[in-house]
Amino acid sequence: MVAPDPGTQNPAIEVRDLVKTYSGSITAVRGVSFSIPRGSIYGLLGPNGAGKTTTFGMITTRVIPTSGRVLINGIDVVAKPAAAKSSLGVVPQSNTLDRSLSVRENLIFHGRYFGMSSKESRAKADELLIQFRLAERSQAPVGALSGGMAQRLMVARAVMHGPTILVLDEPTTGLDPQSRLALWEILRELNGSGQTILLSTHYMDEADELCEKIAIMDHGQILAFDTPEALKTTYAKQAQISLDLQGAEPGLSDTLATALPNTTVSVTGSQLSIATDDPTDLLGMLVKELSALGVTYRNLSVNQGSLESVFLSLTGRDLRE
Amino acid sequence: MSLAVNETIETRTHYVQTIWALVVRDIRVLLSRWVMFLVRVISQPILIVFVLAYVFPKIGQGIGGSAAAEAKFSTLLVAGVVGISIITQGIQAVALPLVQEFSYTREIEDRVLAPVPIWGVATAKIISGALQALIAALVVFIVSIFIPATTVHLSVDWPLVLTIIPLAAVLSGALGLAIGTIVPPTQVAFIFAIILLPMTFLGAVYYPWTSLSTIPWLKWAVLINPLIYINEGLRAALTTGIPHMNLIGVYAGLVGFFVFLLFVGIRGFKHRVIS
Repeated sequence: MVAPDPGTQNPAIEVRDLVKTYSGSITAVRGVSFSIPRGSIYGLLGPNGAGKTTTFGMITTRVIPTSGRVLINGIDVVAKPAAAKSSLGVVPQSNTLDRSLSVRENLIFHGRYFGMSSKESRAKADELLIQFRLAERSQAPVGALSGGMAQRLMVARAVMHGPTILVLDEPTTGLDPQSRLALWEILRELNGSGQTILLSTHYMDEADELCEKIAIMDHGQILAFDTPEALKTTYAKQAQISLDLQGAEPGLSDTLATALPNTTVSVTGSQLSIATDDPTDLLGMLVKELSALGVTYRNLSVNQGSLESVFLSLTGRDLRE
Repeated sequence: MSLAVNETIETRTHYVQTIWALVVRDIRVLLSRWVMFLVRVISQPILIVFVLAYVFPKIGQGIGGSAAAEAKFSTLLVAGVVGISIITQGIQAVALPLVQEFSYTREIEDRVLAPVPIWGVATAKIISGALQALIAALVVFIVSIFIPATTVHLSVDWPLVLTIIPLAAVLSGALGLAIGTIVPPTQVAFIFAIILLPMTFLGAVYYPWTSLSTIPWLKWAVLINPLIYINEGLRAALTTGIPHMNLIGVYAGLVGFFVFLLFVGIRGFKHRVIS
């Protein structure tokens, strides 16, 4: 019997009790743990400031954890950052393409940094340029690329050296819908060919569409970690009705809670949220009640069985706040 | 045991490969902009040599008063402008791009994620700065011999040239790294006002350091300027008949400043990219 390669038995990434407190005692991450098996695609979902980027910083060796560990391929990122980096492909939040080099050179030099020979690097770059539909622009300066193209090039660059895990920090933020779909397609293809992927996003649909498992993060903690379906079954049994109040109404939530049976009413800032098992009859009653009270409102929406409602039920607020 | 040793050797080979690839990237960028590089390298030295060693003697305002003194001045100026060109490269090729890459463009991030420790990325910057300083020194040396109105008397001491110029070049790269990691992007103008100008005006470019004996406080105060050691060393290496600092002082200054700036630069680099 052949002994299994110890390298392939480790999860692609393992994060244990990760904490980061910056000087000035701001704790950005408060005890985060998860592990990602090889070949899967996982997501960190949370609003801006939830601690996603700090968590990614610690995974990618750029932020030193205050406590806890990150193992990439079984390698501790703090003890052996250089070895860990060779197993990581990183797409950071901002455009970090090398503006002094052409599109193709960005890929070639990245390959060279990771020890690929010049020939090997050129061949792989040409292959990726075709796969990522950038071949026509291969000689262009990177400054001439559109947002979507630049993002595709960043992903191509990150997978250039064949990393164990591809980490993308909010990869579609700021992209137009078409470029966003194109990037989703690329990520699906990569995952289909066995690439392990961890991405962060503050778009519910993105997490729902792409990820096998989602960690919902807020205030530096993971509130729930499961498949999108399981999250919805567990946390989104109730429908969430939300609307923006035009002006504060003291005592409104109590009045509504009395008037509307079997509901939980909460007001956060100008947002009113009502959780209910059956929104159909309730909507009519709510609208009638609000107009009787003379309350004006906007953006009334109903969420049922979506990640939006999962987030709302976990945090009591909207992801877009 | 032998496995661990092999692993260490393999790791070191990887580091060398990666650091070299980072240097090659900088050379590639330099070659694609070689005209700009040459203009940047020669403009200041050409103007200094042209005005002081060509125009001044021609209009009867030659420095020194006599033909012999003018020739001596042109000769001592050669070391001075080569020294300026070396030290300026550290700032132009390392510090200014770094200030930009740390702040607006964040381009450095991809290189920081290359599979070497952070000191490796910083070292690559010093090496490429040093290579550019060497090219600059060569170009400016040739220019500074041919422009002056009077003949320049050089006598090259090769062992000195082959040790002082490379030391000066890595010192310049380390200086660039240290400045690039310390100066915030909003204060780039200060690099010129606070560092480059005093360094070049008080860096024994236009006079040998030993001639400052008549102003003792200045003679000792300028020793905090690394350009002094470069220029005094170059004077010893390229000319005869012009007094220069004791060679032990020259080497001690060059090595001491290199080690100090290397430490400050790598520490600053880590501080900028890791939180």
